[in-house]
Amino acid sequence: MAGKKKIARTRQNRNESIWGWIFFAPTLIGLLILNIIPIFQTIYKSFFATGAFGRGDQFVGLDNYIRMFSDSQVWQALFNTFVYAIIEVPFSIIISLILAVLLNKKMKGRSIYRTIYFLPMVAAPAAVAMVWRWLYNSEFGLLNHLLKLVGLGPVNWISNPNIALVSVAIVGIWSVIGYNMVLFLSGLQEIPKDYYEAASIDGANAVRQFFSITIPLISPTMFFVTITRVIAALQVFDVIYMMIDTTNPALPRTQSLVYLFYKYSFVEGNQGYGSAIVVLLLLIIMIITVFQNFAQKKWVNYN
Amino acid sequence: MEEKRKISKIVLHIILILGAIIMLIPFAWMILTAFKTPTEATQIDPFVIFPKEWLTNAFRSVAGKMNFGKLYLNTLLMIVGRVICAVITASMAGYALGRLNFKGKKLCFSLVLFQMMVPVQIFITPQYLMVSKMGMLNTIFSLIFPGLVTAFGTFLLRQSYMSLPKELEEAARLDGCNIPQTFLYIMAPLTRSGMIALGIFTALFAYKDLMWPLISNPDQAAMPLSSALAKLQGQFVANYPELMAASLLACIPMVVLYIIFQKQFIEGIATSGGKL
Repeated sequence: MAGKKKIARTRQNRNESIWGWIFFAPTLIGLLILNIIPIFQTIYKSFFATGAFGRGDQFVGLDNYIRMFSDSQVWQALFNTFVYAIIEVPFSIIISLILAVLLNKKMKGRSIYRTIYFLPMVAAPAAVAMVWRWLYNSEFGLLNHLLKLVGLGPVNWISNPNIALVSVAIVGIWSVIGYNMVLFLSGLQEIPKDYYEAASIDGANAVRQFFSITIPLISPTMFFVTITRVIAALQVFDVIYMMIDTTNPALPRTQSLVYLFYKYSFVEGNQGYGSAIVVLLLLIIMIITVFQNFAQKKWVNYN
Repeated sequence: MEEKRKISKIVLHIILILGAIIMLIPFAWMILTAFKTPTEATQIDPFVIFPKEWLTNAFRSVAGKMNFGKLYLNTLLMIVGRVICAVITASMAGYALGRLNFKGKKLCFSLVLFQMMVPVQIFITPQYLMVSKMGMLNTIFSLIFPGLVTAFGTFLLRQSYMSLPKELEEAARLDGCNIPQTFLYIMAPLTRSGMIALGIFTALFAYKDLMWPLISNPDQAAMPLSSALAKLQGQFVANYPELMAASLLACIPMVVLYIIFQKQFIEGIATSGGKL
């Protein structure tokens, strides 16, 4: 009897093993071909200079990396990318956290507000960038018109190298607020209501409750959103590509790493150099991910 | 006390309404500009907010320059293709990782997690070269290609499968279901909300994808909305009503879908985005 059971168990195990592999196979093959092998191909390519038509790639060793580290354009792009992230991430997170807290109670029009704040997420990024570019237009734009009404004026939102990156980041913030807010709202809904009731009875006001209940209890969500937002912000491309023309004097001060990757790989046909740039991005994001795993254990209040 | 509560409620609504106005202004300006004449749009003294007449000229002329029927179709096929591939492959892989025991499972799961950590740009050049070598550039296939499988979706659905009770599977087995039958008839239908979340997430990000279509489908006739719109800007920089009309036409389908299915959209993004 026991022997029979054992045989049945091993047959079951073998069955599971076979079906497990069959079920995972499409994903495994896809991941290998579409993602895993390409990572190595991109790294491999970064050691080559892409030849002009007809000539093949030429092995150049570390030349692309040496060139990259002495290329002031790359350093500037790296700096731009970080500045963009440093503006976009904290502002979008603070604003969306406040909105989420305000919306996290029973009130009239709650779902209408939520629908409106999330709306930019479902718009095509090209359309979003175009309309903002039009709002920012220095001669005919709505923003400068409004500034003129209060006696300020005209600002070259996207052609002034000193502020163009901020203007781009504003579009990034506007686009992502609703997304972060939705994530925060679902985090807030997990906080038990009794905590707030108990705090009210103890006489804690709304601000006090926010800092001593909401913030600590939402810290896992906040940490998670921050990391994913930083990683996404470091990959900024669409808004810059759409809003800053190649002739725009602000381009050197706004172009991001991914913008440079796109430009070298697919506009100038130098895939070797483009690959080296994207490997740099990979390294930066890997470092952040490792830091995340380390910091998560240390700082975040999971309870 | 009652008075105070009322005031704070009013303040709250004022803040939220102001915020909503800021969120809506770009959309309103898109609509208002699209119905103006180019002269009205670029008039500053006096500045024109509302068009004198709501003209559809910009829509008509932009429809003459861009084949919107084809653009909608390309976008739709890309989205449908990516959603179907994602839901099917991720359900199978998610079931395998979440419910079945097989040798090498840990390694497979690490592979999934690893893919999720890597920035997508690193895949693009080799993917482009592959599609190009296959002679498939400028096709619907090339638009779907990067989304044939999804590590993120696998991760998401693995969690859906793990949350289902063990008894279900045992009961199915006692009733004589083999593994594929258990998966197909018992387990998969129970992950419906996970599949919907993945579907919405995939559809939204396929629709918003810009860099890949720019690279893989440079022919006008093979573009989806996002890259066609990007190209339009380069061609007609100055005609704002036309640019805004095109933007509006590109945004409308997704916005309408969103307004109809807003509950599913927001829940889908909350569950999937919360795990990305």
